[in-house]
Amino acid sequence: MAGRPRIVFDHVSMEFPSKQGRLRVVDDVSYEIDDGDFVAVIGPSGCGKTTMMNMVAGFVQPTSGRVLLDGKPITGPGPDRGVIFQEYGVFPWLTVRQNIAFGLTLRANRAHAAERNEICTRYMKLMGLSEFADAWPKMLSGGMRQRLALARAYAVRPQFLLMDEPFGALDAQTRAAMQDLLLEVLAAEGKTVMLITHSVEEAIYLASRIVVMSARPTRIREEITVPFAYPRADALHETREFNELRSHIRDLVMREYAAQAQQSQAVGAE
Amino acid sequence: MLRRVVLIALPWLIVIGIWYAIAYSGLINPALVPTPDRVAWRFWDLMTHARLPVDILMSTQRVVIGVALGILAAVPVGFVLGWYRNVRTFIDPLMNFFRALPPIALIPLVIVYFGIGELAKVVVLFYASFFAGVIVMYEGIAQISPIYVRVSRTLGASDAEIFRKVIVPLTVPHLLTALRVALGVAWATLVASELIAAQQGLGALIQNASSFFQLDIIYVGIICIGLIALAMDLILRAVARRLVAWQERIA
Repeated sequence: MAGRPRIVFDHVSMEFPSKQGRLRVVDDVSYEIDDGDFVAVIGPSGCGKTTMMNMVAGFVQPTSGRVLLDGKPITGPGPDRGVIFQEYGVFPWLTVRQNIAFGLTLRANRAHAAERNEICTRYMKLMGLSEFADAWPKMLSGGMRQRLALARAYAVRPQFLLMDEPFGALDAQTRAAMQDLLLEVLAAEGKTVMLITHSVEEAIYLASRIVVMSARPTRIREEITVPFAYPRADALHETREFNELRSHIRDLVMREYAAQAQQSQAVGAE
Repeated sequence: MLRRVVLIALPWLIVIGIWYAIAYSGLINPALVPTPDRVAWRFWDLMTHARLPVDILMSTQRVVIGVALGILAAVPVGFVLGWYRNVRTFIDPLMNFFRALPPIALIPLVIVYFGIGELAKVVVLFYASFFAGVIVMYEGIAQISPIYVRVSRTLGASDAEIFRKVIVPLTVPHLLTALRVALGVAWATLVASELIAAQQGLGALIQNASSFFQLDIIYVGIICIGLIALAMDLILRAVARRLVAWQERIA
């Protein structure tokens, strides 16, 4: 599974200005995401997980330390890193097909009409959107919008997929279906994935490695290699190993939640 | 379909009915309330034997030119104010100051600076539609979610591509709303602008008729303004339905 390191966090810290002076959100984090890895980042809310993803996406730069992609510091967003946002960000003024084709009409990854069409058709089929090719996004359900966002990101063939709570807004059934679809698509076209999530089950079910983050300022609490081989199926949820791993990670996360709650009480008392 | 026609016609018929009722009730001196049929007759009379067509044309032309220029200026200004939050903080009070001034109060100054010709009227209409348009534009553009820009960047879009393929389509609905609001305000300001020594135009028609106490002509002028404004709004809404069919709610 583990290949050469592609994304490297090298003693990364991040501070934001706040009313109480500078707020340290990420504190000296170092880890590597190898080629073909599926890394899930889990931790209490507000701990700086999204900030870490935004650094890889290129939206923000660390205050100190470096985030490297294939050995070079990341300076901005690019089509090599597809980002899936929690709020989808599907373009409402474009039809389903036009949304998927959007990236392919840009200079950075221009494709001919025929190729564009072929790619659109393939991903609409894969994501179950073929019937809605010419529909506006306003007619789609939440799960369909999420699939559309995924198809749009895939169309430009990113090497990395960065996902921030991608299934957080979906109901349980849709969420499970989306997880299986994601595994299916990844099996067909390997990518290196960084997934931010609150859900311990989701992290175990999807990821090859899990990084548990501490309360703010966030550090790495523990790095866990998930011992299950791909392809994975829903029955995995019922196994003893799955449940043991789940309780272990849940304990870690709950402890960090408690620490965070104490912290905010302390801040409130000041 | 028939049901729809009836529902659309009904409020108009009720208004006309009330109008007749008041005219014939004897509560008000009949000389002060010309009946609807009298006004309709006068309308036809003015259309065929007088200069009403010219008045309508002149007024419409002034409104269209004033609104076109006003919106043309409002788009870039509204865009800058909507997009750059820090600029807005400083410019906003100024905008609201000017917006609050009724165009009619500015007319003496407009006469001093722009004379009493066509230019003066267009300036008043420009003023009214510019400030109405700017507010709608920048409120709308300020609400554009930054996520679309972020998504485009992750797909590899350059700044120029983001502007052309993301910002422009997101601006269109606000532009149409600004046009509609500006047209409404401009028609409302028309009479004021034609107070400036206008010989022709619906405002002038109303002014002249009031000097001679020709109430039916005043009614004709008022109703014409209302109907033309209504027609323009309907056209704009039809355009909007086609252009921004993607919106969750139809503008």
